[in-house]
Amino acid sequence: MSYVVEVCKLGMKYHSLNGEIDALKNINFSVSEGEFISIVGPSGCGKSTLLSLIAGLIVPTTGGVFVEGKPVSETSEKVGYMLQKDHLFEWRTIYQNVILGPEIRGTLNAETKEYALKLLDTYGLLEFKDKYPSQLSGGMRQRAALIRTLVAKPEILLLDEAFSALDYQTRLAVTEDIYSIIKKEGKTAILVTHDISEGISMADRVIVLSKRPATIKKIYEIKLSCEKRTPLRSREAPEFREYFNKIWKELDVNV
Amino acid sequence: MSDKKSPNISPQHREYLRRVKRRKRTIFITQISLLILFFALWEVAARIGAIDPFITSQPTRIIDTVLNLYRDGKLFNHIAITCVETILGFIFGTLIGILVAIILWWSEFLEKVMEPYLVVLNSLPKIALGPIFIVWIGAGPSAIVVIAMTISVVVTILEVLNGFLGVDQEKIKLVKTFGANRVQILTKVVLPSSLPVMVNALKVSVGLSWVGVIVGEFLVSKAGLGYLIVYGGQVFQLDLVMASVIILSIAAFLMYRMVAWIEKLVVKRN
Repeated sequence: MSYVVEVCKLGMKYHSLNGEIDALKNINFSVSEGEFISIVGPSGCGKSTLLSLIAGLIVPTTGGVFVEGKPVSETSEKVGYMLQKDHLFEWRTIYQNVILGPEIRGTLNAETKEYALKLLDTYGLLEFKDKYPSQLSGGMRQRAALIRTLVAKPEILLLDEAFSALDYQTRLAVTEDIYSIIKKEGKTAILVTHDISEGISMADRVIVLSKRPATIKKIYEIKLSCEKRTPLRSREAPEFREYFNKIWKELDVNV
Repeated sequence: MSDKKSPNISPQHREYLRRVKRRKRTIFITQISLLILFFALWEVAARIGAIDPFITSQPTRIIDTVLNLYRDGKLFNHIAITCVETILGFIFGTLIGILVAIILWWSEFLEKVMEPYLVVLNSLPKIALGPIFIVWIGAGPSAIVVIAMTISVVVTILEVLNGFLGVDQEKIKLVKTFGANRVQILTKVVLPSSLPVMVNALKVSVGLSWVGVIVGEFLVSKAGLGYLIVYGGQVFQLDLVMASVIILSIAAFLMYRMVAWIEKLVVKRN
C-alpha cells in the first residue's frame, strides 16, 4: 500500500541564545489517500512545527517528510495549508482572494480562473465574489479561505488549528461545512488541534503527541458506529466518549 | 446608508438622527463664531486703542495688505512658490522614505546596522542642517525643497518601516505556503497591508514639510510666504507678517484636508 504522506524519523531543534529547544523527536507516521488524521497534543508541544515541516516551510534537523514518495524540500502545490484565522486580504475581493495561489505560482489562466469560479459556485459564494471579506460572516470567510486553498488543487490539506479563532457555535457549523467539502473533494487531510472532541469528530485516526520534545504517544484508530459520518453525528456515537476519555488520560494534563 | 432614506424608520430613530445632525451643526456654527469673535475683538481692541496696531496689526489692515499684494500681482506668486516647494518636499520625502523603508525591510542586516543612525537622525533637529544644504546646493528653491524633504524623510522611514515589520506574520506564512518569493511577499502582502500606515506617514510629512519650507525661506529665499514673514519682521511691517501667517494657515489647512481626503479614498477598503 502506498502512502500520500510519510513522515520518517522526523526531528526538529530550535536554536536561541538561551539554548537549544527540542521541538520534535523521532516522529514516524504515514497517511493514506483520502484519510483524515487529527494530531492532538498539549499546547506548545510542536504540533504547528510538524505541519510547517510537512508543508516544507521549514527544514527538519533530522529525518524527512515524503509526499507521494518525493522528499519535501520546499513548498509544493500538492500541499495546501489552512491557518488558524482565514487571513483573507481585506483589500482584495473574495474572487481576488481565492485566486491568490495560482497568481503567486504564476499559473493563473483561463482554466484556473474557471475552476475558482466553479468552486465558488459549488460552495455558495459565487454571488459574493465581488464583495470584500469584511462583508461576509465568519463561516463564509472560513469557507472562502478553504476555497482559496482548494483552488491551488492540493492533494493534501493541512489544517493548523483552523477553526479555533471562531466562536463555539460557528465553529461547530464550520467544522461540519469544511469536513463535508474535504470529503466531497476527496482530499487527504491532517488537522492539528488542541480540542480533543474536534480531533475525534473529524478523524479516521488520532495521533497523540507528548509534551516537548514531542514524540508520538499513541495512535488511535477511530471507529464509530454511526451512519454517514459527519463531525456532529460522530459526537453522538456511543464510542465517542470512550475515545475522548482515553485520549484525555493519554494527554495527562496536570493543572 | 440606505436606512436613512427608508421611509419606515421609527419616530425615535428619526428623533435620534435629527439630534445628531443638530449637534453637528451647533459645533460648526460655534467654530465659525469663535473665529469671527476673535477677529472682531482684535479689530475693536485696535480701534479703541487697547492694543497698538503697529505691533499687533489689525484685521482691516491685514485685508488691505492682502489686497495690495494682489494688486501688485505678487500674491499668488508667493503662495504658489511656497506651496510647490512644500509639495515637492513632501512627495520626495515620502517616496524616498518608502523606498528606504523597503530596502531596510528587505535586508534585516542592513536594518540592524542602520538602526542607531536612524535614531540619531530622528532626534537631530534637521533644521540645523539647513546652512549645510545652502552651501552645497546654493541659496535657492532647490535647497529649500531639500530641507523640507530631509525633515519629512526620516519620520517617514521610521513610520513605514514599523508598519512593514508589523505586518501579520501569519499572512506572510499564508503566501509562503503558496510558494511566494520575497518580491511577492512585498507586493502581495506587505505593501498593500501597509497602505494605511503609508498614508498616515504622508499626513505627518506634509506638516513637517511646511516647517522645512518656511525655515528654508527664512534662511535664503527671495519669494514665498516664509520670505514675506521674515521680510515683514525685518522692516517692522506686522501687517505683512500677520497677513502671510493667515494665508499660510489657510494653505496648510487645505493641503492637510487634501491628504486626509486621499487617506479616506485609500483606507476605505482596508
